[in-house]
Amino acid sequence: MNLWSAISIGLKEIWSHKFRSLLTMLGIILGVSSLIAMSALVQGMENGMKEALIAIGGMEKVRIETQDIPANQAHLTDDAVGCTIDDVYALERSAPLVKEVTPEMRPPGYYRVTHGAKMPDWVNLVGTWPSALDMNDHVVQYGRMFNEIDDEAARNVCVIGTYIRDELFGAPEEVGHEIIPLGETININGEPFRIIGMFQRYESEQDRKERELTKEQPKTVQTGPARRRGHNHKGGGFVYGWKNRTIYIPLNTMWLRFRAATGTNSVPDPHLSALNIKVASFDKLEPALEQARNVLMSTHKGIEDFAFRTQEDWAENIQTAIRNARLSGGFIAAISLLVGGIGIMNIMLASITERIREIGIRKAIGATYAGIFIQILIESLVIAVLGGLAGLASSYALVHLLQAMSPTENTPVITVTAMLVAFLFSAAVGVLAGLIPAFKAARLDPIQALRYD
Amino acid sequence: MALVELRNVSKIYHLGGEEIRALDDVSLDIEAGEFISIIGPSGSGKSTLMHILGCLDTPTKGTIQIDGTMIQDATARQLAGIRNRKIGFVFQFFNLLPKLNVLQNVELPMVYGGLSARARRDRAMRALQMVDLENRSKHRPMQLSGGQQQRVAIARALVNDPKIVFADEPTGNLDSHTGEVILELLRKLSQEGRTIALVTHDPEIAAVTPRRIEIRDGKISRHIDPKLAGQPRVEPVGVSV
Ligand SMILES: Nc1ncnc2c1ncn2[C@@H]1O[C@H](COP(=O)(O)OP(=O)(O)OP(=O)(O)O)[C@@H](O)[C@H]1O
Ligand SMILES: [Mg+2]
Repeated sequence: MNLWSAISIGLKEIWSHKFRSLLTMLGIILGVSSLIAMSALVQGMENGMKEALIAIGGMEKVRIETQDIPANQAHLTDDAVGCTIDDVYALERSAPLVKEVTPEMRPPGYYRVTHGAKMPDWVNLVGTWPSALDMNDHVVQYGRMFNEIDDEAARNVCVIGTYIRDELFGAPEEVGHEIIPLGETININGEPFRIIGMFQRYESEQDRKERELTKEQPKTVQTGPARRRGHNHKGGGFVYGWKNRTIYIPLNTMWLRFRAATGTNSVPDPHLSALNIKVASFDKLEPALEQARNVLMSTHKGIEDFAFRTQEDWAENIQTAIRNARLSGGFIAAISLLVGGIGIMNIMLASITERIREIGIRKAIGATYAGIFIQILIESLVIAVLGGLAGLASSYALVHLLQAMSPTENTPVITVTAMLVAFLFSAAVGVLAGLIPAFKAARLDPIQALRYD
Repeated sequence: MALVELRNVSKIYHLGGEEIRALDDVSLDIEAGEFISIIGPSGSGKSTLMHILGCLDTPTKGTIQIDGTMIQDATARQLAGIRNRKIGFVFQFFNLLPKLNVLQNVELPMVYGGLSARARRDRAMRALQMVDLENRSKHRPMQLSGGQQQRVAIARALVNDPKIVFADEPTGNLDSHTGEVILELLRKLSQEGRTIALVTHDPEIAAVTPRRIEIRDGKISRHIDPKLAGQPRVEPVGVSV
């Protein structure tokens, strides 16, 4: 008995019970397609998270923030200097593993950004260096970023995100065309600022696709008060909203205009809100941070009033979330495959009971134990494999269905690995489900089987 | 050495504490080329004997040797091989597979024998020619008459060119005319040199074969063998025949 005849017997057997076989396969079809769909959703989630991680500057970016002085150094409070521009220069000079350093200064307390009567709800206003562009993965689509001369001269210029434009000048979705407000002047806490550049619009792949889709459809006339979708907090979506709300102005401008000297101090407050550093490579994160720490300890006179914020926590959270989703999704899909396997075993047991006489005849004319065993096993395998193949095909439909039922911000991605794993899993289920029936059939006694009616 | 040597074979069933001796110390030799009938009343143990001879069943006691192989020592795999190549079996109820057509049914022993598809087809067609059914090769067993089905079964039994053919009441399920056709076919095969042992409870059929063995209550009660001066002998005979 060779493999081919076993497979053809299996196919014939399935064909002669079409409906029954189809019902049996359905279990496997659903199991395989749900396994693939689950993995596609998780894969989409993972891709979205990774995209977002890159959008905030990648794993190489580390934020240095001022923190409270540790208790054992409390007596040194008066000597604590906090983060200043000196730290930036020191790091640039003495920390070769740190590729780039960008200072960040925010206005103290409340501030308002206006243009005429319009005012966006919240804004990410930062005074920084031109290198912030690279540091935070920003792309200037229109106009330019301010340069060193703008900074040196503390010019009132700004580069804005698209959300600021939407709020102050009108969104393309509402106006019907893109407004590029270069040269316009906006007010920040009463100071006039000229817009010299605008970033591109940041969004996830999925949002971009959706937007392009709706763009092609005719614009529906909006009735009633204008509505706006709130920013998306799911997954990595908030990263994009945050970036779109950015207004960058030169560091010196921020310092001189908004950190104005008080009566007691003749110089404006020079403290930075944060330093962003980028290490040369993520593999060297540890030594680079050690280096940066040493440098800062010397500029801070040994007082540890600063802390490193890496993206590791975030990345770890993402990975845990993805692993959990993968595990629970995989578990559910595996259970449904298992149920499919039980269905196959059930039908194979019924089938061999129906065919006891046939098995007796086959044994009487020379079928071996192995011959019968393999025949039944292959029959079970063939059902599972056919179900698996149909499951691969229907997984596409299932993914679309899931997407239609609950749109996510991430496009589900069906991977070849997932298909391969699901298919092999279905084949394995077929073999496992066939073992007991095959064993029962193969060890039938020929005489008893022939007598059976 | 005879083709088949049965020595002191017993088959004992236990049914609820009761002991049934379906075969009781039977010894028997079958030489190559013999045409032999086994006759006896219902329940006398004919089928039991046939199944043990055909390696479908194992004796409780005693030994069998077929074509030099000690059956009681053989593995399950070897037994399957012997059933496949050395023995052809014809059943009372034909025992064809209803889902396969005539040709596929005849090919089946060769499927387990591991022949190429082409060789299988050629040999199956030749076997069907022997029983005069080559024009029915694509039919299903259910589309044939009982006699035709039994001829297909005979073709299947012959297709691997076995050393011996066992037929358990091959005409038992057929009307008398069709039964005669089958009997005639078996006689023809015997004249061509095949070794055939058939079971019947019909003395007329038994009369066709030169050698006759009568069984009663699991024992050989009468043995007619032309080799032994044509004299009817009364069993039990000694260990060596
Ligand atoms: N599996 C079994 N369990 C118990 N007893 C059995 C079994 N098989 C056969 N027998 C008994 O063995 C005896 C011989 O049976 P066997 O089938 O060999 O008779 P037979 O001569 O072929 O009869 P028939 O002409 O009716 O076919 C009978 O008494 C039968 O009841
Ligand atoms: Mg019988």
